[in-house]
Amino acid sequence: MVNQDTVNRLRRIAVQLRTDVVEMIGVGKAGHLGGSVSLGEIVAILYFHQMRFDPKRITDPNRDRFLLSKGHAVLIQYAALIEHGVIPRAEIKQVKTLAGLLQGHPDMAKTPGMEAVTGSLGQGLSIGVGMALGLRLDQRSSRVYVIMGDGELSEGQLWEAAMAAPRFQVDNLTGIVDRNRIQATGPTKDIFDIPNIEQKWEAFGWQVITVNGHDVAAVIEALEAAEKVKGRPTVIVADTVKGKGISFAEHNAAFHNGIMTEEQYRQAMAELDARRAELERL
Amino acid sequence: MAPVKNLREAYGQGLVALGKQNRNVVALEADLGKSTRSILFQAEFPERYFEMGIAEQNMASTAAGLALVGKIPFMHSFAVFASGRAFDQLRNAVCIPGLNVRICGSSCGLSDFGDGKTHQALEDVAIMRALPGMTVLSPADAIEVAKMMPCVLDWKGPVYLRINRNDLPFVTPESESYHIGKVWKLREGSDAAVFANGIMVSRALEAAEALAKGGVSVRVLNVSTIKPLDRDAIIAHAQGVRAIVTAEEANIIGGLGSAVVEAVRGVRHAPVDFVGVRDSFGASAENYEILLDHYGLTARAVTEAVQRLLATA
Repeated sequence: MVNQDTVNRLRRIAVQLRTDVVEMIGVGKAGHLGGSVSLGEIVAILYFHQMRFDPKRITDPNRDRFLLSKGHAVLIQYAALIEHGVIPRAEIKQVKTLAGLLQGHPDMAKTPGMEAVTGSLGQGLSIGVGMALGLRLDQRSSRVYVIMGDGELSEGQLWEAAMAAPRFQVDNLTGIVDRNRIQATGPTKDIFDIPNIEQKWEAFGWQVITVNGHDVAAVIEALEAAEKVKGRPTVIVADTVKGKGISFAEHNAAFHNGIMTEEQYRQAMAELDARRAELERL
Repeated sequence: MAPVKNLREAYGQGLVALGKQNRNVVALEADLGKSTRSILFQAEFPERYFEMGIAEQNMASTAAGLALVGKIPFMHSFAVFASGRAFDQLRNAVCIPGLNVRICGSSCGLSDFGDGKTHQALEDVAIMRALPGMTVLSPADAIEVAKMMPCVLDWKGPVYLRINRNDLPFVTPESESYHIGKVWKLREGSDAAVFANGIMVSRALEAAEALAKGGVSVRVLNVSTIKPLDRDAIIAHAQGVRAIVTAEEANIIGGLGSAVVEAVRGVRHAPVDFVGVRDSFGASAENYEILLDHYGLTARAVTEAVQRLLATA
């Protein structure tokens, strides 16, 4: 059983991360809102509970690795690193600017805390396999987490990696599929439907766990279960809501990379504030 | 023991030596280990050898992941697949962060003569050269491969290495110390300068010999590092001659010839001509020689290019 105080703390952090994302995107500018905030709880749990991650020692070779294969959702990772003090909070106002540290997609050459360059979709799991193999060679107990999108699963390379990880019996790798069921131009079932995701991963040799990706306790239990699996990798298929916590963006492909009006921005902040207040009363 | 003449064999032996020297060296293969000779590494270091199957894209990104945790990965395939099939992976995961991934483009150029155009790499020089931060090497013989390998180990950033499939004549001196980036003068001459690499170095030397008989003095330079190109050295070697010819086993668009002309831009220089494949794919042929003749990658083509330029100079 996960401690309820821990659950409530992480839920509040998730709301804070979403708030940071909304602030980063701001008014009148395009930003990947939907697929960033669908990861609110998952990223909060990884960065503030599950991963071996010391914000004071971000290059510690024994740290766990966080890879966002769906690199366009990097705003939520920036938010976590801002809350940890790894990225200066002032950067929140200059995302995707020439002078800023925060690029449109993860750029380890420019941004502290980034573990790889991702964003050209379908590549993160392969990078994670390479990290997992290298860490195992060095007999480190670090774990590699790779977050993928469900739309991204149409990339063929991802399935190459899905075959490779079990072949090498990699068990220090946890994949997470952010199954928010919306991709850039519409619902995944209309654009490029990939049925039976769990069965596919199973057939490739993975341990599969399906959870509600917004249920903090359930996600923690899944991550802990994954650590106990030996001899093969685990994938957590997390059912999430694209745009979660911001009513006009929920389940809405328009906010995959949408632009908020002044009014929408205020509404998003008000809704997140209300949620925060609600959680603080718990 | 006489040194091997085969570049792949020299590569495989060199890789094993690096593996002994540094335990962070790892190798990735895409089901061509017998051909690329990465199997020599597998035999010595099975735990550091990853057979990735016929999946070059995953291999390239996996190599990036290994580099990100401190390994020095050497990934192997035929040049056409290593550079083409995995281009986006090399571009994003490897070149943007400047990782120490080494890409062995084996059976480069037309050297896989039997398999034809799908398996022959003529565009690899252009596309690898276009990647910011990518080092591009094209050794001329097995001696040079052997000398290059330790430098490749220590080099910072990604390296693309073109390895010919076949035995090639020895043309580079055994004694000289080696470093990446140097333009090697193999023959002194004053009328023309020929910049060559790979198999075309031996052909340029043959051409120089033939031209000498007619009283034409030709300087032959081995430009085995196409990138980063030593621009000052290229300009210095191009000075004073009345003809400049480049010779390469690659498409002339974007290859060594392009690189040399980029280097001499802005300075007064002699007329330039290219010996190389003229915007064409390869073909299957009975043997390598026939194919090289067919595409004009011959000593005679170099000779004629020098003569043509000198006649108009």
